[in-house]
Amino acid sequence: MSRLLFFIPLAIFLVLAGYFWIGLGKDPHEIPSVLIDRPVPEFALPPIEGRERGLASADLRGEVSLLNVFGSWCVACAVEHPFLMEVKADGLVPIHAIDWREKDRTAGPAWLARRGDPYTLIGDDPDSRAAIALGVTGAPETFIIDRNGVIRYKHVGPITPENWETQLWPIVRALQRG
Amino acid sequence: MIVELGHYALILALAVALIQGVVPMLGAQRRDAAFMEVARTGALAQFVLIALSFGSLMYAHATSDFSVANVVANSHSSKPMLYKLAGTWGNHEGSMLLWVLILAIFGAAVAAFGVNLPQALRARVLAVQSWIAIAFYLFIIFTSDPFTRMIPAPLDGAGLNPLLQDPGLAFHPPFLYLGYVGFSMAFSFAIAALIEGRVDAAWARWVRPWTLAAWMFLTVGITLGSWWAYYELGWGGWWFWDPVENASLMPWLAGTALLHSASVVEKRDALKGWTIFLAIVTFGLSLLGTFLVRSGVLTSVHAFAVDPARGIFILGLLVVIIGGSLALFAWRGPALQGGGLFQPISREGALLLNNLLLATAAASVLLGTLYPLMLEAVGGDKVSVGPPFFNAVFIPLMAPLVAAMAVGPLLAWKRADLAAALSRLWLAALATLAAILTVWLVHGLRDLVGIVGMAMAAWLFVGALSELAVRIKLFAVPLSESARRLANLPRAAWGMSLAHAGLAVAIAGMTGAGVWKQESVQLMTPGQTLSFAGYDITLDAVQPVAGPNYEATRGSFTLERDGRKRATMTPEKRFYPVEGRQTTEAAIRTTVSGDIYLVIGDRQGDGGYVTRFYFNPLVVWIWAGAAFMVAGGLLSLSDRRHRIGAPSRKAARAPGVTPIGTAGART
Repeated sequence: MSRLLFFIPLAIFLVLAGYFWIGLGKDPHEIPSVLIDRPVPEFALPPIEGRERGLASADLRGEVSLLNVFGSWCVACAVEHPFLMEVKADGLVPIHAIDWREKDRTAGPAWLARRGDPYTLIGDDPDSRAAIALGVTGAPETFIIDRNGVIRYKHVGPITPENWETQLWPIVRALQRG
Repeated sequence: MIVELGHYALILALAVALIQGVVPMLGAQRRDAAFMEVARTGALAQFVLIALSFGSLMYAHATSDFSVANVVANSHSSKPMLYKLAGTWGNHEGSMLLWVLILAIFGAAVAAFGVNLPQALRARVLAVQSWIAIAFYLFIIFTSDPFTRMIPAPLDGAGLNPLLQDPGLAFHPPFLYLGYVGFSMAFSFAIAALIEGRVDAAWARWVRPWTLAAWMFLTVGITLGSWWAYYELGWGGWWFWDPVENASLMPWLAGTALLHSASVVEKRDALKGWTIFLAIVTFGLSLLGTFLVRSGVLTSVHAFAVDPARGIFILGLLVVIIGGSLALFAWRGPALQGGGLFQPISREGALLLNNLLLATAAASVLLGTLYPLMLEAVGGDKVSVGPPFFNAVFIPLMAPLVAAMAVGPLLAWKRADLAAALSRLWLAALATLAAILTVWLVHGLRDLVGIVGMAMAAWLFVGALSELAVRIKLFAVPLSESARRLANLPRAAWGMSLAHAGLAVAIAGMTGAGVWKQESVQLMTPGQTLSFAGYDITLDAVQPVAGPNYEATRGSFTLERDGRKRATMTPEKRFYPVEGRQTTEAAIRTTVSGDIYLVIGDRQGDGGYVTRFYFNPLVVWIWAGAAFMVAGGLLSLSDRRHRIGAPSRKAARAPGVTPIGTAGART
């Protein structure tokens, strides 16, 4: 029995190694989305408190834009938020947003009032109508949408100066030029 | 030519390592002194060859030799010399070469200074070191060759990621690697012991200084990394529970446990199997740290290589090294049972509790880091496990650990009187109460984490000092006698108290910076003044400035308090044209009570600038605490016990005859 105890670490390690093997087969940068290169699904969201306009899929046509899914409850959103403020300050690309799964109608507006509001248009999505249509798995997620309202890229997790420079910005710039 | 010499030296080192991995092992088995001596010669030869190899790559970087692909990809002629040199290891290939250089340095150190080691043990240890080296040489030669030429040579290089052009980060990887690779010594000793089938007090006494040295380097490395993240990333935070940070924290936790359990083996001949296991796990986690960063299995802010072929190679290397050693452990480990018995309430008992909590902490960090990967492997979503998980798991584990840390050193070996130990901590209990009341009065009850953190810090700090006071019989004997005792305390005792007190200081800092942080983001126009954290902050002007290889927007802020000017602060937003990247250079004003941290963003259309202010209380205490811990380690390492060498094996094999009193007095 006590001899078997000494085999436990080996067994645990081999299971871990198996997971690594599977993990290696996947490209960590590639976030598969069935929606890539398809038009934004139809939705029309009401505005959040204190704003006049909401966000509908029709608003995403005409200009290259980012669609950022956030919520005041989401810790990682607070991490990326200062950087979104910089993107807005630089005027690089308009950022629209879906305020996702707020339990309380004032929570999102209060969060933005406290931290600053980087968003051009915001749709309120408490019951995940648009989020489900977009296949959102967690917040924050950011879609790059081209002039024709087609989703060109999906970024999962907070935007950092690093992944902005290496992944998102090159795509946005190429779409804006093209 | 020099570069080719470096490449050749690397391949030659592989050949030497192959010999050193086999011949001394055979020699130890057959008790053939000549065969065993090959280990020393081999280790010194490997060191010379790898130093030559690393030196040649460094030379190529220093002279900006753009016919070398590695230099082209990571350097630029306009870069300051410090970063040209640091660029040698600021990339994947070079950092792997640094890894084996450090491994060779440790091997040479054993060969040169391990004169009092039994020859067979030394031969086996160096042979195991060589196996690790072989694996890494093959990895470098086949997947990560830093010496590849690029013909024709381009006119200039692509530059080094500007985020990495920073003194903190230039020296962060070497220290981290000194820590990671240093634990390979404990690992090699463990494997040699498993092969010999013998672990005793003498063995533990040889292992401890190597483990302590590795632990100190890792502490420095982690602290530098955290400090870098704090001032360079411009997010005002100092720890993000990022996979790369976790990768360095896990071996630190396991290594800390190893340091303590090895002392039980040395003093009491107990916990042998566990100590061997910890040695394997600590180095295993160090390898995992390398793997996680290098393979691209997990991506993070500062992982700088993604290549599946390398990933598969490293995975194979991990399976052979960790899997192989754990299999050896499963086979030979049960024979190591036995040794000194002890009661649950005893020094050993306290150290065992410390080990269990540290191991659990390391395991939960591992789980939190790998959970997203596992979920994805079985077809789940991409998720990230963030600070809430780690805080929720880590703080409840650290609280009992810290509570026991103050008590443990006051307990006798074998069997102790808990009530007597606790009664000596009355001052620590008072300090804890005072800390709780102070936080309560100032901040109220809502910051429970703040109260717990400060209570822990006060308990541990005063507890560590109380232990010193007890040792020197302060106030129980005349002061002159206490002073004499203080001067005669072994340095290891000083080291322990200093390291424990250092952790207390760091905990206070982490609590302060974590719980009472203030931040504000706003648009400011020059001339505008805002109140923040008790200061009046004025944006005086914003000008463009030019650096050696960047252009920057610099904001000048005046910091005033109670109408008196305290400082001028100049945060920058830099643009590096060669790499096409921007970085934020925060301006930080450090005081004992906290840091004012200013960041300037870009201009908004209407002439305002985005500015971010942070007040991070007590943050400097974190670095100071870490410095105390390292100083404690240094003191302990300089203890004469480590210099005079270990007792002979015969004497050490009967530790029961050592009077408990003397053993207890020399932790």
